[in-house]
Amino acid sequence: MATEHVFPDSGAKVATAAPAEFETEKMSVSMGPSHPSTHGVLRLQLELDGETVTHCDPVLGYLHRGDEKIAENMTYNQFVPYTDRLDYLAPLANNVAYAIAVEKLANLKVPPRCEAIRVICCELARISSHLLGLGAFAMDTGAWTVFMYQFTEREKLYKLFEELTGARFTTSYTRIGGMSRDMPEGWTDRVLAFCDQFLVQLDEMLEMLTRNKIFMDRTAGVGIITKADAIAYGLTGPNARGSGVTVDLRKDRPYSGYEQYEFDIPVGVTGDSYDRYLCRGEEMKQSVRIVRQAIKNMPGGAWFAEDARKIFAPRKDKVLTSMEELINNFMIVTEGPQMPAGEVYFEAENPKGALGFFIISKGGGVPYRMKIRSPSFCNLSILSKVCTNNLLSDVVAILGSLDFVMGECDR
Amino acid sequence: MTASADVTATLQGKFPQTTPRASGDHPAINVPLSEAVAVLTSLRDEHAFDFLVDVTGADWGVDASPRFTVFWHLFSTTSHAYVRVAADCTNDTDPVAPTACDLWPAANWHERETYDLLGIKFSQHPDLRRILMWDGYPYHPLRKDFPLAGIDTPLPDLEVGEITKATAKPAPMVGGPFVASPGEINLTEAEPRAKDESWTERREKPASE
Repeated sequence: MATEHVFPDSGAKVATAAPAEFETEKMSVSMGPSHPSTHGVLRLQLELDGETVTHCDPVLGYLHRGDEKIAENMTYNQFVPYTDRLDYLAPLANNVAYAIAVEKLANLKVPPRCEAIRVICCELARISSHLLGLGAFAMDTGAWTVFMYQFTEREKLYKLFEELTGARFTTSYTRIGGMSRDMPEGWTDRVLAFCDQFLVQLDEMLEMLTRNKIFMDRTAGVGIITKADAIAYGLTGPNARGSGVTVDLRKDRPYSGYEQYEFDIPVGVTGDSYDRYLCRGEEMKQSVRIVRQAIKNMPGGAWFAEDARKIFAPRKDKVLTSMEELINNFMIVTEGPQMPAGEVYFEAENPKGALGFFIISKGGGVPYRMKIRSPSFCNLSILSKVCTNNLLSDVVAILGSLDFVMGECDR
Repeated sequence: MTASADVTATLQGKFPQTTPRASGDHPAINVPLSEAVAVLTSLRDEHAFDFLVDVTGADWGVDASPRFTVFWHLFSTTSHAYVRVAADCTNDTDPVAPTACDLWPAANWHERETYDLLGIKFSQHPDLRRILMWDGYPYHPLRKDFPLAGIDTPLPDLEVGEITKATAKPAPMVGGPFVASPGEINLTEAEPRAKDESWTERREKPASE
């Protein structure tokens, strides 16, 4: 502590640890909005004492597009493409969450085949999102290879998505009461083939990190979030489960037929960045398990709800031959699917956490108010607490481990 | 006591002024604004609703009274049930609600967002700043009297605005997917194809200006 050091050339100068003489000045650093480790446009207003963060104030809103305002001004089906742009790393999962929320309002029951397709969509989206989260996290902590490896796997997934939905990235696959179309022929076989080789690839990726000395030094014991804090700050998804909160809406409040599938929920112990990484790695393996079960037990039949005729646009061949269907189609397109009045809240277990839609309807084709509860927004609210008293370089590791998407956070 | 569907009935026994609220799914209650924090505390401590999912608000229109309602959504990590609590704001021009920051730190950002977008203030909030719009933005965009296109507003950086004379302009609405309110926009005008570029035998090609 108070060691005396006499400089050889000037014997008069004695350096002590006396705070009065060596009072340090705190430095204010603006990290982001364009910073490789803030994954988009998050800005952290940091106050540093040397290398230690003494205060962290996240600044949001750089990607705010007013999605909730837009939702109030368009029909329910027109909003589906906007859900792609919430968590743009898992658009399929957002599509499904939104569709189920509106179906809950409309009191619609979709057939089992539709539910099974949606489950496959959600789980493939989870794999795709976790892969990027993993790769970006590894890159933030200095491991470049994983990033390249995971993009190879994501490319394969995107090929499958393109085949299924017609788009690689902005899928807009679901409609209120169904999907835009059925799965193409032979698609499930290609998904199974992907799953088989993916598990091998995933193990290779995880092997590069799990017992990696550098990676462990950077992440283990860094950014610890206690279980109580995770609940108090509203954390969901792998970030909450990494802290030992055993909440997974797929198990706790099953939707879309999740109760039929067998899968485990990985839960962390210490709640540090390393645990969150482990949770994501294991979740991908569980997702493969669910996808395999869903494909094995894929029910036949309709892939959209038959009683959704006033909501779901009729098939084109019927529209062009039947007058009644033509009128129906015209009404749905111009005035939107007619919904009952009411208030519903639905949240789904998305890759990043619980994505919720709170819809207030006064009837008609347009929601009166739609609130989007985005998991990234809630997960980031703990940032000022968890970053304080950590090193600046640890902030990068913590951000990587929280795996957020600003498109969803700012809406 | 576990969280269950009859939580609203139990709460009504304890807080006689609460009334059940119509809901499409989860149990929901209306509470007077003054008792909101007490009800939330009771839900958290006695009914195991330990997880604050969401705080938000709704604007029922310029002429409505009460105009603003605040919603809290709670979740129980043990019984996995939801409950919705709604409280009408008493003041229509300057709505104020009590903060739940002392109960859940998660409420901090949700309340900042509600203040930012709807203009509902939360008394005793430790740090009530805008969160999504920039500091000094003059409007609350989710209010019903705020137009979808936006309003011409000075830029966040006033110096830049002074030199460049640039402002945050309203977005063009023509041709968009938005539902046209009656009398506001004509479909023929809104549809870009029908606007001018197309011509038929009956309609001559418009002269280019």
